[in-house]
Amino acid sequence: MVDEGTRKTLSSIPLLKTKAGPRDKELWPTRLKEEYQALIKYVQNNKEADNDWFRLESDKTGTKWFGKCWYVHNLLKYEFDLEFDIPVTYPTTAPELALPGLDGKTAKMYRGGKICLTDHFKPLWARNVPKFGIAHAMALGLGPWLAVEVPELIERGVVKYQEKSDEAK
Amino acid sequence: MANIEELKKKIVELEAKLKVAQGNVGPVREKIDVMSSEVVDSNPYSRLMALKRMGIVDNYEKIRELSVAVVGVGGVGSVTAEMLTRCGIGKLILFDYDKVELANMNRLFFQPHQAGLSKVDAAAGTLQSINPDVAIDAYNYNITTVDNFQNFCDTISTSSLTGGPVDLVLSCVDNFEARMAINTACNELNQRWFESGVSENAVSGHIQFIVPGETACFACAPPLVVASKIDEKTLKREGVCAASLPTTMGIVAGFLVQNTLKYLLNFGNVSHYLGYSALTDFFPTMALKPNPQCDDSFCRQRQTEFKAKPVVELATEVKEDSTPIHADNEWGISLVDENTPEEETSNLKLVDGVQVAYSIPVDNSTPETSSGGAVAASELSLEELMQQMKSM
Ligand SMILES: [Zn+2]
Repeated sequence: MVDEGTRKTLSSIPLLKTKAGPRDKELWPTRLKEEYQALIKYVQNNKEADNDWFRLESDKTGTKWFGKCWYVHNLLKYEFDLEFDIPVTYPTTAPELALPGLDGKTAKMYRGGKICLTDHFKPLWARNVPKFGIAHAMALGLGPWLAVEVPELIERGVVKYQEKSDEAK
Repeated sequence: MANIEELKKKIVELEAKLKVAQGNVGPVREKIDVMSSEVVDSNPYSRLMALKRMGIVDNYEKIRELSVAVVGVGGVGSVTAEMLTRCGIGKLILFDYDKVELANMNRLFFQPHQAGLSKVDAAAGTLQSINPDVAIDAYNYNITTVDNFQNFCDTISTSSLTGGPVDLVLSCVDNFEARMAINTACNELNQRWFESGVSENAVSGHIQFIVPGETACFACAPPLVVASKIDEKTLKREGVCAASLPTTMGIVAGFLVQNTLKYLLNFGNVSHYLGYSALTDFFPTMALKPNPQCDDSFCRQRQTEFKAKPVVELATEVKEDSTPIHADNEWGISLVDENTPEEETSNLKLVDGVQVAYSIPVDNSTPETSSGGAVAASELSLEELMQQMKSM
């Protein structure tokens, strides 16, 4: 099952209400508002817990998302570009989160840098349609993935620390 | 800078490489207007037309009028497309957004010199040289995004040789999202299709025939899995996403095309569901009825339409193809996964050895997330929320 920490994180993210995908012209804007509300709350929670670890934004249609996520290992911050599309079958199917910069560097990825999810993710997502949104996918999918994979990537020397100007704050 | 002689030499070299890449070396198979059963060493159709003489297929050459869309041209889809090409299918419509990689070389069909090409273009080139009689359209995009999905729907509803809907869609994709997208499209378009898949541990697979409203659609139940006799707890997934074997993929492609031919050319029985467990050489088959509570509204609409059809029409539609709808009985039904709530799967009679991948509680209550609360209606507009998120 999902570990206790992830479960707790998940339960503090507000649930969404509107079952609508991007093809639903009428209801999609409502769903999108809920997505942003849940994401804002999640980022606030993270900041309060001193565990701020991603930023996301979307295009106007809310179907293309991009941003950054980072992971702190031995006091160094490793940052990765993050992107995904909202599939036409959303929210029945979860978005496929991708870290294109790591494509080909780990076996725990599908083509295009899409992260490989645990066996828990799909059943849990399916049971929570339409209440789970992007914030939940981040907490349940990407968070645990980074925690397992990034230390391993650093250890193998595939990912190296890069000193950079911290414009993202 | 290189002199002209060197450049000329380079051109000759590159032209040779290009020829190899295009498969233009050696004899070229010319187009053939009419399929004949004449046995000469230049006729690739004589053994296929022999099916007619032997009484297996009534009208083999009808295949030249038929069109099939293959979605996903990977380990299963490429082999599927090659089999249909060699069988002389009228038209193939290929969809994939991926490129050929050297990492794909444990699978059939693609060759190292094609690395870097889009899978659909590389496949179209090879298939065209194998059989120039086949019309091939290639679409290099991801069908699950909003814009591409519309184009996908438009394409499968207008790409037959006469400009109508294709005769069959074959799903050879490797992920849940794309399968659901195909399911959505086919329910909306009332398009018959086959779903196919190989498990991530590479030792089981399945095909499923979906006639909207008449057989279970892909959304009617959680994904089905063939029991692999491997204890999930001992299955090590650390360090890898998925395994793949050319054997399992080839077998599933063979099942898929065999049933495609039976359906298109109207011979034998078409399996609604055919599973394959490699470790035990176990092949469960069953019929699958649609779920009246299916999540897909178009599936429910097609079910209503199907029920409203007069029985007589149904009888003529089935023709002499007497597929035993309840063929599952002879296999001894039906152990439903004990973790599955009764209400939800009462309609889903699964044959022994096939299970749902997971269950979905009927009441949809979510013990996992009870304390989070729901999003409250926001005073802010979408633009303001976007701005707030951006400035965090
Ligand atoms: Zn259905």
